[in-house]
Amino acid sequence: MSEQTAPLEPIASDLSPEAGFAETPWRRFAVEFASSRLAMVGLLLFLGIALAAIFAPWIVPQDPYDLAQLDIMDGQLPPGSASLAGYTYLLGTDDQGRDMLSAIIYGLRISLLVGSVSVVIALLVGGSLGLLAAYFGGAVDSVIMRVVDIQLSFPAILVALILLAIFGNGVDKVIIALVIVQWAYYARTVRGTALVERRKEYMEAASCLALSHRRIVFRHLLPNCLPPLIVVATVQIAQAIALEATLSFLGVGVPITEPSLGLLIANGFEYMMSGRYWISFFPGVALVLAIISINLVGDQLRDILNPRLKS
Amino acid sequence: MLVYLIRRLAQSILVLLVMAVLVFVGIFAVGNPVDVLINPEADLQEQQATIERLGLDLPLHEQLFVFMGNAVKGDFGRSFLHGEPAMEIILTRLPATMELAVVALAISLVFGVLFGLWAGLKPYAFSGKTIMAGSILGFSLPNFWQGLMLILIFAVFLGWLPAGGRGETTEFLGMRVSFLTADGWSHILLPALNLAIFKMCLVIRLARAGTREAALQDYVKFARAKGLSPRRIVLVHILKNIMIPVVTVVGLELGSMIAFAVVTETVFAWPGIGKLLIDSIVNLDRPVVVAYLVLTVFMFVIINLTVDLIYSVLDPRVRLAEVKA
Amino acid sequence: MTSAANDLPTLEVRNLETHFFTRAGVLRAVNDVSFSVKRGEIMGLVGESGSGKSVTGFSIMGMVDAPGRIVGGEVRFQGQDLRQLDESAMRDLRGNRIAMIFQDPMMTLNPVLRIETQMVESVLAHDKVDRAEARRRAVEALGLVGISSPEERLRAYPHQFSGGMRQRVAIAIAMLHKPELIIADEPTTALDVTIQAQILHEAQKLCRRYDTAMIWITHDLSVVAGLADRVCVMYAGQLVEGGQVDAVLDHPLHPYTAGLIGSVPSQNMRGRRLTQIPGMTPSLLRLPKGCPFQARCDRAHDDCAQVPVSRELIPGRWVRCFYPCETEAVP
Repeated sequence: MSEQTAPLEPIASDLSPEAGFAETPWRRFAVEFASSRLAMVGLLLFLGIALAAIFAPWIVPQDPYDLAQLDIMDGQLPPGSASLAGYTYLLGTDDQGRDMLSAIIYGLRISLLVGSVSVVIALLVGGSLGLLAAYFGGAVDSVIMRVVDIQLSFPAILVALILLAIFGNGVDKVIIALVIVQWAYYARTVRGTALVERRKEYMEAASCLALSHRRIVFRHLLPNCLPPLIVVATVQIAQAIALEATLSFLGVGVPITEPSLGLLIANGFEYMMSGRYWISFFPGVALVLAIISINLVGDQLRDILNPRLKS
Repeated sequence: MLVYLIRRLAQSILVLLVMAVLVFVGIFAVGNPVDVLINPEADLQEQQATIERLGLDLPLHEQLFVFMGNAVKGDFGRSFLHGEPAMEIILTRLPATMELAVVALAISLVFGVLFGLWAGLKPYAFSGKTIMAGSILGFSLPNFWQGLMLILIFAVFLGWLPAGGRGETTEFLGMRVSFLTADGWSHILLPALNLAIFKMCLVIRLARAGTREAALQDYVKFARAKGLSPRRIVLVHILKNIMIPVVTVVGLELGSMIAFAVVTETVFAWPGIGKLLIDSIVNLDRPVVVAYLVLTVFMFVIINLTVDLIYSVLDPRVRLAEVKA
Repeated sequence: MTSAANDLPTLEVRNLETHFFTRAGVLRAVNDVSFSVKRGEIMGLVGESGSGKSVTGFSIMGMVDAPGRIVGGEVRFQGQDLRQLDESAMRDLRGNRIAMIFQDPMMTLNPVLRIETQMVESVLAHDKVDRAEARRRAVEALGLVGISSPEERLRAYPHQFSGGMRQRVAIAIAMLHKPELIIADEPTTALDVTIQAQILHEAQKLCRRYDTAMIWITHDLSVVAGLADRVCVMYAGQLVEGGQVDAVLDHPLHPYTAGLIGSVPSQNMRGRRLTQIPGMTPSLLRLPKGCPFQARCDRAHDDCAQVPVSRELIPGRWVRCFYPCETEAVP
């Protein structure tokens, strides 16, 4: 199976015999990752989606939020219709005559932005707190972990709803809410790994060398805690994107001026009943593809990075 | 054990208290309900009277004090919008949510176990792989969009089931319920399915993993060696073994079912507490939001406490560790 | 039962071949195995782990799962070839006329079902009787294997029993239908030595009493010595030697058997070094040409690259070797 997928990626050259003896951890990782065709499909799909989102302004056929380009006469056209100006709306238009394809690509941009930014911040905050809890133990540990336990006993969506009911709408507020919802996962993951790592001999050696706390934590402990953290972070990006979409759909997420995929779907809801499905359907497909691609990559990462599952 | 119970109980009450204060103070910071509630054309005197009647003129800490005092008595104030006591509104809506959650739980349990069992017995067959692929898809579908698609397929295109609402209800044990009429069932089916799919996928995974493990165990071989029929081996020997983890997890998920009902109820216009919450957030109906959150937090605290207690009873190691701590 | 049926061995296995078709290749777990067991006879099947003993047992039961398959030979039970029977006919035999007991009593009883359930279902699987009768038989069977107050014990779950008690329950379940053949797959390996002795005694007593044929699979020669009438030694999927227990243990013919006996500590060898067989068991995936033991054998010659055929050197003693040990010494 791997031979068939290999030509899809530059990694293919790594599979050739002459590269075999110069094996680095990264190369081995790449080869292992490429061994699953499904994971490669997920990775390519995700890269495609991410690139489309990043370069949205240059690739979309129409700027969906430049009102001058919209023609209300083109409103609610089904997929494949031609506009008055002769342009084909591949995925149809919404009630204001907006090209759905362009709106979706812009929506992806906001969804991915919110998802990745919130994950990065939550990772930094949660990861540091978890590391501190594990390294210092005692009161620091019990306070941090008590908060984590209590928070994790409530479903993420409920916590996010409460927070947004308090904060109100806004991209920045959604990001803050998602960070607060997610940090606890990272804190728990890192603490768990760090507690195991801390008992290993290289940590003992590091403290015998009288290295500074900072150096021990960041140069010795942290790198060894990364693998499970990476796996959790990958899965959490998908979770964050789904959660943001849900919140926006419920009307407590991003504002109308910056519509993410969730908001696009909400906007199309009322038209769906009369069979004009495409306004809700296609943004949802984009959302699902983004989530699935990330999950596929995450599954494979977990299989590779989790030595317990490997054996 | 008693010490543990008391400590755990005290902790729960503390959580409840902190949450209540946080929520109240937080909600206080949101917008000004006066703008929404009071007729802009009313004169200043009328506005002032309304503000005083609602207690919105008092400083934050006094409002909090009044709120806490009343909350202990179960009084969360009157809804700004409906004029009725907030807790009362929620409690009249609660049976709808509960009914939805229970039906969804039943669907996820029954179908999840059946599919999981099948996939576990035939992991390499097309059917088994299809079930697993489906469960992965079910994990990835955002709940609200999945609901829209159910409506699109079963209500809009096929026209088999209604798209929303609760339909005909009948009185049962003092509550309005849907499950006694055909019309009620036709209305509850889609939202319950929507709520159930995610949990069903969870149960499928658990049941499949359990089945695959159980199928390799000696007690299954021994059961075969006794000459039992495959039917009895699967439905008694394997099923009974996988039910323990499945039931535990599903019990734990009851709470998140109620939380996720917010999404499903909004999509299907199901008149439960979840939809009420969203409406109240949008309309800045503070008393209802606060009452909902306090009630939900309360339910969660109870569920978590119960689960912890059951665990400590079931697993002697947990009990020991807690007593020592 | 006619007198003709009485003369037949209860079980006769001829040239049995069971292979596992794995991704790594064809694993020849059972390779040209032939033996027979008579009524009331206990046959020990001895070999290291991975030598194919258990697969032989499962092959007789018709319980070899994919990727494994019986590819050749006959399994004649009371003269009838079991390989010709369909699954439902096999199911009627299993637990009824052929019973099996497994190694780990912790694992063979279903942890979430009461002993009563597990015994009653076994009765009902083969006999159309009501529950009360099924329960009565369960009580009787428990009494048979020396479990006191069986009425109360029926209500218990497996974890409320000790390992030895559980194995007694398993034997009681096997005895429920008074089978003609019991296949015991290392049933005492997981038990303490004292408990082991009790179970062996119990099993032997029951076999004698009901004239049941029994195949006792084990890796432990001392178990076979005390229990069995005859013994077959299995190595790398093949039977290398067979005969009366005392004869085989006192005067092993096959170099492997000799090595096996030499590596068991015993009192009369106090002070002497234990011998060990050099080398390792060959992988069943890549068996060498000819005798599978040749690489480890100090008696091997060039012609051991040919497949040795089983020869009956003395009546009742046969060996699969070109250069058997101490043929002279055998009386």
